[in-house]
Amino acid sequence: MWEYTDKLREHFFNPRNVGEIENPDGLGDVGSLACGDALRLTFKLDENGRIKDARFKTFGCASAIATSSVLTEMMKGKTLEEAEKITNKDIADYLGGLPEQKMHCSVMGREALEAAIENYRTGGQKKHELEGKVVCTCFGVTEEEIERIVAENNLTTTEQVTNYCKAGGGCGGCLGEIEKIIEKVQGQQAHKKPTPTHTRPKKLTNLQKINLIQQTINEQIRPALRAHGGNIELIDVESDKVIVAFREMCAQCHLAEFTMKEVVESKLREFVSEGIVVEEEEQSARQPHKHRE
Amino acid sequence: MNKTVYFDNNATTKVAPEVLAAIEPYFCELYGNPSSMHTFGGQVGHNIRDARQQTADLLGCEPEEIVFTGCGTESDNAAIKGAIAAQPNKRKIITSRVEHPAVLQVCRDLDAEGYTLAEIGVDSQGSLDIDQLEEELDESVALVTIMHANNETGVVFPIEQIAEMVTSRGIIFHTDAVQTAGKIPLDMKESSIDLLSISGHKLHAPKGVGALYIRKGTRIKPFIVGGHQEANRRAGTENVPGIIGMGKACELAKDNIEDENTRVKDLRDRLEQQVVAKCSNCWVNSKEAPRLPNTSNISFEYIEGEAILLMLDQLGICASSGSACTSGSLEPSHVLRAMGVPFTAAHGSIRFSLSRYNTAEEIDYLAEHIPAVIEKLRELSPFAKK
Repeated sequence: MWEYTDKLREHFFNPRNVGEIENPDGLGDVGSLACGDALRLTFKLDENGRIKDARFKTFGCASAIATSSVLTEMMKGKTLEEAEKITNKDIADYLGGLPEQKMHCSVMGREALEAAIENYRTGGQKKHELEGKVVCTCFGVTEEEIERIVAENNLTTTEQVTNYCKAGGGCGGCLGEIEKIIEKVQGQQAHKKPTPTHTRPKKLTNLQKINLIQQTINEQIRPALRAHGGNIELIDVESDKVIVAFREMCAQCHLAEFTMKEVVESKLREFVSEGIVVEEEEQSARQPHKHRE
Repeated sequence: MNKTVYFDNNATTKVAPEVLAAIEPYFCELYGNPSSMHTFGGQVGHNIRDARQQTADLLGCEPEEIVFTGCGTESDNAAIKGAIAAQPNKRKIITSRVEHPAVLQVCRDLDAEGYTLAEIGVDSQGSLDIDQLEEELDESVALVTIMHANNETGVVFPIEQIAEMVTSRGIIFHTDAVQTAGKIPLDMKESSIDLLSISGHKLHAPKGVGALYIRKGTRIKPFIVGGHQEANRRAGTENVPGIIGMGKACELAKDNIEDENTRVKDLRDRLEQQVVAKCSNCWVNSKEAPRLPNTSNISFEYIEGEAILLMLDQLGICASSGSACTSGSLEPSHVLRAMGVPFTAAHGSIRFSLSRYNTAEEIDYLAEHIPAVIEKLRELSPFAKK
């Protein structure tokens, strides 16, 4: 059971400003059904440019609903310049704190607010769109967003980043990249977790090489494929040629070819040897990958 | 909140009053160690023997085939790791995609250690793909571990057919029967199952005790070592009150199995019928598949499970959810995803699981109050259709 504050519970059971304003001055849509939470925020300005009314509709857990409710309360009476300054931390503080794993709810609130203000300023029906490089493909989180969340909330671990914006919470394939972003933002402050720092060995016996390939597949490659219901099996190693077979979902995946080069080959090159070339086993390649249809 | 309506019996159950009475003397009076040489301790050994017999009676096996463990998860770990360790030359394991983590995580860890793992899928009703299982069976398979019934949906797999298919090829077969013991009759004498896990607290015994059935002649390496207890198969001083409670609970379960499949099943059906009739955009998951008599998994579209649970909690109603938010993970139940339940409904799935202590009045209380909960959350949801 989550440790929710009384204030949060109160806003969940008696949410304020539920609904959708007709012909709003600003509308922000963030999140999706697939992600497990989504928020539609609308607001109306008065003649002095202050937020006269704000309404929300939220799909999500108790903390998502409560953060949306307090957000609308916090916005009211503010000019857009003032409202813009509301951070996710302000929202969480207003509730007397949120469980760490629920911090992403407060970030969703701030994102919806920004999207609604942007919508007002650009005038169009533009939804909150991803800008810049997508780091976490499972939840569609960009480098820019992660940098900002790390800086605003003074985050130092990848676990915190996942709690605050979900990035890294799916297959986990981007955790290394998130770590680099934390280091970039925090500089020397980032307390480094003992991640497996690997230096590619210079000279390997055949047996050592095969073992290292197997280990890299087990630790670096399979978990990413697993997260999407797929699997991979090492079939053979001939000098620098590594032969693998795709199993389960990967066997039918139209991205198999991409996975082969971008995930399998690049990881093996990174961890084992620069010269590695990966090939798909004949029988595996004959499977109905959709890209071959 | 003075009323508690408990519909979360697949998570844990109330200790039966008869069980509590049976274990009570083993704390301050009969507290001896059954391994001791003196009569004071030794007499406890006799009582453990009785409990072993009671447990064996529920499963239709010999008492020597029962090993008491610390919980269902330990039984699963011991069965899988023990069977694998006894056959070092075979490197493949087969399981299903919808197992409890006590099995799935163990298998995936072994996979990461270099074993080959095949995970058998299910269809949209949650029924196992038996053809896929048959295709995967070859001479390299050390163990097949497939649950008897699913804890989230209640779907019951044709375990005898599966066991026969597996063991006829000389492969060891384990099943996690934690959700079925006491709900579906089990008879190991007529079965091909080699290893079977059960848990005490799912059948009205206390928490902290489980059992593993090991068919005579099945080679298995002990999981916990360092003592002669349980015929050298599970070291550690016996959890005497737990084991006595387990025995008594098994005896009661055997007597009540008829009730579970008639009265409790009727209550479950009444719950489903009323909730689906009174709430819009909801359905029962796995309704077409054979299911446990006590379990109902209902998806409410466009709303989120944790929010539903919290509102039900306010009414004193206990249930659970496969939504992402309840677990602290970010993705909904692996079982519902394996079945292909759409995201619109996976996040809003609620499991109601009954026991023989539930009443028709409690079902009606739920049916009376849940429509307002669903309605209120739908009003908040940007996806709900007007």
